[in-house]
Amino acid sequence: MVEKRNMIVGGILAAAVTVFMLVGLFYTPYDPEAMDLSMKFAPASLAHPFGCDQFGRDVLSRALQGSGVTFLVAAGTLCIGGGLGTLLGLFTGYFGGWPDEMIMRFNDLIVAFPSILLALIFISLLGPGKYNVILALGIVFIPSFARIVRSQVIVHKDMDYVKSARLMGVGHLRILFVHILPNIRRTLFSALAIGFNNAALSEAGMSYLGIGVQPPDASIGRMMSETQAYMFTAPWSVLFPGLAMILMVLGFGLLSDGWSA
Amino acid sequence: MKYLIKKICTLIITLLVISLLSFLAFQVIPGDAALSRLGTGATEQKRESLRREMGLDRPMLERYGSWLKGFLKGDMGESYTYSVPVSGLIREKLPITLAITGMAFVWMLAVSIPLGLLAGKFAGRLPDRILTVLNQLVMSVPGFFMGILITCLFGLALHWFTPGGYVSYQEGWRPFLGYLFFPSVSIALPKCAMGVKLLRSSVIGELNQDYVRTAYSRGNSQTQALFGHVLKNSLLPVLTFWALAIADIVASSVILEQVFTIPGLGTLLVQSISNRDYPVVQAVIVLVAGLTVAINFLVDVLYGVIDPRVNLR
Repeated sequence: MVEKRNMIVGGILAAAVTVFMLVGLFYTPYDPEAMDLSMKFAPASLAHPFGCDQFGRDVLSRALQGSGVTFLVAAGTLCIGGGLGTLLGLFTGYFGGWPDEMIMRFNDLIVAFPSILLALIFISLLGPGKYNVILALGIVFIPSFARIVRSQVIVHKDMDYVKSARLMGVGHLRILFVHILPNIRRTLFSALAIGFNNAALSEAGMSYLGIGVQPPDASIGRMMSETQAYMFTAPWSVLFPGLAMILMVLGFGLLSDGWSA
Repeated sequence: MKYLIKKICTLIITLLVISLLSFLAFQVIPGDAALSRLGTGATEQKRESLRREMGLDRPMLERYGSWLKGFLKGDMGESYTYSVPVSGLIREKLPITLAITGMAFVWMLAVSIPLGLLAGKFAGRLPDRILTVLNQLVMSVPGFFMGILITCLFGLALHWFTPGGYVSYQEGWRPFLGYLFFPSVSIALPKCAMGVKLLRSSVIGELNQDYVRTAYSRGNSQTQALFGHVLKNSLLPVLTFWALAIADIVASSVILEQVFTIPGLGTLLVQSISNRDYPVVQAVIVLVAGLTVAINFLVDVLYGVIDPRVNLR
């Protein structure tokens, strides 16, 4: 019962945040870069619901645009990391043998490594920027997905429904994608929701450090590092973007818990 | 014994692979290292001689060998930006990062063990409910935002510490560790929440085991059963999480050092990435990765000591 309630709350939160992010990709009430010094540190009002920052820029518009970029990065990361990771997990788990053993050893090695460091290596080689962040995080996220999917496939491949499908002469690929994959969807969705959070948080962290998304792309992480110094004079310029981030993590986290329960 | 030997072999191979990969990664950088150091104005001759001086004309594997040998001896090359040995830079910064991560690790253990026991013991009742809600909240706050919030609350509002007022350990260990208190707490908080959550479910599972009933029937009190029997067994699954948390703690320290303006390894790393100072980036990454893997190895060995069953595998 509690799980169900959590999942509904999580689903609503996650949906609301996703809408917020998607809107940010296409529409902002003001130009996020437009400076207006008369509005410097203006507190929240009807015209500027989140207030204004040290250059008089509208915080809501910047947060919208920044979360749009965050969404793009997180979705791109999941496509690369989740997609390749799932494929890798499906094949290694199903076929086993020495490729499985080798890839999993390599996986163990990477999992023991702080993931943001790994992403930073890629960034230091590729240079910062939105697409490089997607590529770096995508590659870094492959092992965790591969590991989760593989462990599920190993459980399912010895179940009766797979055995009978094989007896009926169904091909390996069809068994993998039509029989096993839909049956491990809960675990996969749960991993994707957590992965979305982790990707968004990593992007925010990297942008906060100044080596993630670069201007002119807005980013919640960079907004925070810019406005952090004015935390006391204009708390809204830091708190509102931070709150948006917290709601996102909370929503997707609850959703993930609900799916894995 | 077999377990130990297997683990040592894995450790050595892992370290070698990490060092090889990070060496190779910095070999494929687009552009010419000698060119980027001298600028486009330098003559071809000058570039050629610098390339020879940097050893760029030798085959890759040979360079890896000599780089690894130098690294182990403490010679990590020279920083492009500061033109000083990388090892000196690192020696200066390493204690700072070790202190923060060490403190964060201690907080994590000190908070999550008692609270996890409490939540597991009173599962479904008031203390557990409060802790579960708190946990969910703490886990949802991004690391750097937690740092900003703590700076605002304890630094700017309550004046318990001066934001940005970092004191070097050379000036005294007490003010140094005092300044690191809040950064290390910010790093540890999300890990505490996760630890409490895991320990709670582990304790609940153990409390239903037969050996607990046996302990009661032999006249043990609830406290005796909890600390004498349940605690040890329920820590086992959590131990794995703590080992993995070390990597996370190191990763968050990179970001939290920026929030609290602490000149540690993380700050050095970020600056070096921005300056494209590859020898420093490479050395820091290999060092941090090596340390993380080594600590994981120690935890694995410890696991074998605490739970003799793994030695049989």
